[in-house]
Amino acid sequence: MTTTVIDDLRRSQILELLDQGKRIDGRALDEPRKLTVEVDAIPKANGSARVRLGDTEVICGVKIQPDRPFPDMGDKGIFICTAELLPLSHPSVETGPPNPDVIELARVVDRGIRESHMVDVSQLVIEKNKSVVGVFADIVVVDYDGNLFDACSYAATAALLTSKMPKWEMKDDVPTLVEGIELDLPTTTIPVSITMAKIGNHIVVDPNSDEWDSMDSRITITTDPDGNIVAMQKGGNDGFTIDEIIKCGDLSIKVGAQIRENLKQASKGS
Amino acid sequence: MGGRESTLVLLDEKGIRCDGRKVDEPRRIMIKAGGLKNADGSAYIEFGDNKILVGVYGPRDVHPKHMSNTDTGILRVRYHMEPFSVSERKNPAPSRREIEISKVIKEALLPAVMLEKFPRTAVDVFIEVLQADGGSRCAALSAASVALADAGIPMRDLVASCAAGKVADTIVLDVNNEEDQAGQADMPVGYMPQLKKITLLQLDGVLSPEEFKKCVETGVKGCEIVYELQKKALTDKYFQNRGDQ
Repeated sequence: MTTTVIDDLRRSQILELLDQGKRIDGRALDEPRKLTVEVDAIPKANGSARVRLGDTEVICGVKIQPDRPFPDMGDKGIFICTAELLPLSHPSVETGPPNPDVIELARVVDRGIRESHMVDVSQLVIEKNKSVVGVFADIVVVDYDGNLFDACSYAATAALLTSKMPKWEMKDDVPTLVEGIELDLPTTTIPVSITMAKIGNHIVVDPNSDEWDSMDSRITITTDPDGNIVAMQKGGNDGFTIDEIIKCGDLSIKVGAQIRENLKQASKGS
Repeated sequence: MGGRESTLVLLDEKGIRCDGRKVDEPRRIMIKAGGLKNADGSAYIEFGDNKILVGVYGPRDVHPKHMSNTDTGILRVRYHMEPFSVSERKNPAPSRREIEISKVIKEALLPAVMLEKFPRTAVDVFIEVLQADGGSRCAALSAASVALADAGIPMRDLVASCAAGKVADTIVLDVNNEEDQAGQADMPVGYMPQLKKITLLQLDGVLSPEEFKKCVETGVKGCEIVYELQKKALTDKYFQNRGDQ
């Protein structure tokens, strides 16, 4: 993308405000935008969530169905997370194959959840080496206002936390649905991703689209409830100092804890 | 599936259908104009168990350029289903069915949209089916009309859409999923009520000439019901709440 005069003006305004400790939308530097989570938004899915993070809005639907295991992982079920930017989410989004940004988005969201071992894939085996349960968390972005990484990750996490899993048994070598049984999807933890942008010498949590377009670099850190860091992705055209990275790690644990409570509350009672 | 069809009572002796509706009664319909921040116009519809979101962009520059027309604007429509919208996970790539539905919806909207006022531009209509039920193309078309109006694009009329069909030898309004699977005919109708023009018509199933006539009339009646709800959605957004905006 080429930068315009407007982009330059916006960046200098954002920088000027940051030097006074302020952000363009009035938030504190370590303050994420308002998070709203509506679970069971798609009753036909096994689990679902519609998430708004500021004006970014995404929907995740989880589908659970029998699948063949990967050849080298016959004793584990399958977990796959995808993300797609729908063309109605922003004027610049085009139809067709996903561009590298969207592929990165899907992979980072998938990695955060996968590496936290949130979905207990060892409990998703119908018959070893033959048939396992596949869990697909498909995320679509319907309105864009920056920081898709976190919005998508929260939607997938909330959808997985509230997913109900049918039961299958092998009959004549075919996985067959056992009617009338629905279990909670086996989950072990609640990962939370926090994305931070570096603009000038400042680190801001949960950049909105104006900040996203003005940042020098970004980092997404996923943490678990025990305060471990489980996945990380640096992006953007500039780097971070070691001190900045350490600061980001601390921020992701601190801010992540608030978000985790929010996700827990939203997933309760479903 | 085979076993279920025989046990399902599509129409009982009192003329009540399998989901409790009367013969001429549509499913629950809710239409909302607006809702998306970035789109120039948008709409959301719940029609039975269908949940569909539509966003409109334009009139705007045409990419790729060779698609543009110096005499008129062009309309592009994409009907797309989310992987989680149906019982078996759907591959996210567009299927032949989705491509055909995109085309018939486009051709149903074209007579209503005054594209000649915007030469060299494109109006893009993006339809996202979040949850699918029977009659999703009708629901999608009805919502797309509202989203186009919400985008402020000049239109001759709204296109309203509803299906009619033949179930247990009876012509019924708004065929649901079960009736579509087990019924005898399904006919989606798109209609501009002010101009009295049918702009979408498909049929699968067998109908006699009399039944065909009744089916079209029934479908048009359904469109008139939808039309009132479309107008209400726009009125609610642009007139009722004007004071507090």
